[in-house]
Amino acid sequence: MEKLINEFSIGLFFWQLVLFIGLVLLLRKFAWKPILDAVEKREDGIKDALDSAEKAKLEMTNLQADNEKLLKEARAERETMLKEARDIKNKMIEDAKGEAQEQANKMIEQAQAAIESEKKSAMAELKNHVAGLSLDIAEKVVRTELSNKDKQLELVESLLAEKTSK
Amino acid sequence: MQNIISRKTICLLFLMVTTFSFAKEEKHEGEGDIKTEIKEYINHHLLDSHDFSLYSYTTDSGEHKYVGFPLPVILWDNGLKVFSSSKFHHGESVAEVNGDYYTLYHNKIYKTDAQGSIDLDDHHHPTNTKPLDFSVTKNVFTIFLVGLLMFVMFSRMAKKYKTGSLPRGMGRFLEPIILYIRDDIAVPNIGVKKYKRYMPYLLTVFFFIWIINLLGLTPLGVNVTNNIAVTLALALITYFLTTFTANKNYWGHIFWMPGVPTPMKIILAPIELLGTIIKPFSLMIRLYANITAGHIVLMSIIGLMFIFKNWLGSSLSFGLAFALSLLELLVAALQAYIFTMLSALYFGMAVEEHHDEH
Repeated sequence: MEKLINEFSIGLFFWQLVLFIGLVLLLRKFAWKPILDAVEKREDGIKDALDSAEKAKLEMTNLQADNEKLLKEARAERETMLKEARDIKNKMIEDAKGEAQEQANKMIEQAQAAIESEKKSAMAELKNHVAGLSLDIAEKVVRTELSNKDKQLELVESLLAEKTSK
Repeated sequence: MQNIISRKTICLLFLMVTTFSFAKEEKHEGEGDIKTEIKEYINHHLLDSHDFSLYSYTTDSGEHKYVGFPLPVILWDNGLKVFSSSKFHHGESVAEVNGDYYTLYHNKIYKTDAQGSIDLDDHHHPTNTKPLDFSVTKNVFTIFLVGLLMFVMFSRMAKKYKTGSLPRGMGRFLEPIILYIRDDIAVPNIGVKKYKRYMPYLLTVFFFIWIINLLGLTPLGVNVTNNIAVTLALALITYFLTTFTANKNYWGHIFWMPGVPTPMKIILAPIELLGTIIKPFSLMIRLYANITAGHIVLMSIIGLMFIFKNWLGSSLSFGLAFALSLLELLVAALQAYIFTMLSALYFGMAVEEHHDEH
């Protein structure tokens, strides 16, 4: 201990104190503060970058899920649209078929009606024509028959016989 | 890092050995002489000196030659006196300044007469008056040099951050250390809220002690941290920083320990108060003793090489010295770490917030 005290140098103590405090102050201003600030800034930057990367990843997954959903919806929509189109097509075909059938039926009916009426008028005309012909024939027959007296009598007699037999 | 250090050690060691061989091979008069010379050399090495001498040797004509340079001597003795230490001629002559005479005795400056006589008392201590010595000694010069080196190194490193946020050059090596001090010494001990205030001191003290310890292992022969004055100055700064930044809670725990009965509080107060002084005192002694012991042991083992003077003993002590140098490299960093760590711990105690569980 005595040796320690004997060795103790006030001058060295003084210089060490002055130089060291000076060094601390100088380094604080010119080295430690800028270094620590830069390091801290960098660490914050890294943290921010990591955070935003995480966020971006989350957003990505969200976006992907959204996309998936949209895709699903679109697919479903397409499905329904196709189905509707098919239905419409079928219905249209069905409708067209029905209408055509109806039209055809109507036309057939009309044709039948026309045929019927044509037939009737043709029949009537034929009757008239046949009646005229018969009358003409009858007239001619009668005329020839009645030109001969015997024949007229014969006829009367046959007719009468006919009447009476009845 | 490990690689760089070990490569450095090997270089250092070779340099050291060559330096010592310069110093030692001058006299071959007898084994006893070498022993005392080694002892003197070690003692001399542990002391501060007024000139920066790298090594000395004796020429064939018996003249003592010193390789190095003188440093300014600054004395306060009825006025400021500044002169070059070359006037002492390494303690061989008396320096005369404005009619006053000074001489070196065991590397300390004493006022003397023209003949340079030193009066010794019974304990072999000089009774001559000692002027207040503020000289730029070898240690002061080294402290200044290390300060300059640190300033250049770290301000350059800081400048590099202005152009990019990634460390470049030396910063790559230094940044992890700075971050280690921040994240593993300052933050856990002081707390995330208040650590920033102490960072400049902790970083400076760590690098200062480390660099200056490493420099002590070089063959330059400087040896700063084994001066009690240096470690006292460092410990005092820690003490004052702790004391002046302490909060109410800290003083409360010292003078009126909560949670113990009143008589105990009265007993505890002086013990706690003493504790505040013992803490920095232990810092001072620990650093001083570790470095001094390391230097003494290392130099003794290197000295053994010259005492053995046979290939087995000398190579054995060489191996031992080599291993010890590696250990001293570790100690250099370890002591810096311990000083910083304990300082941070004391700061942490000073600013600790009140907890009810005490």
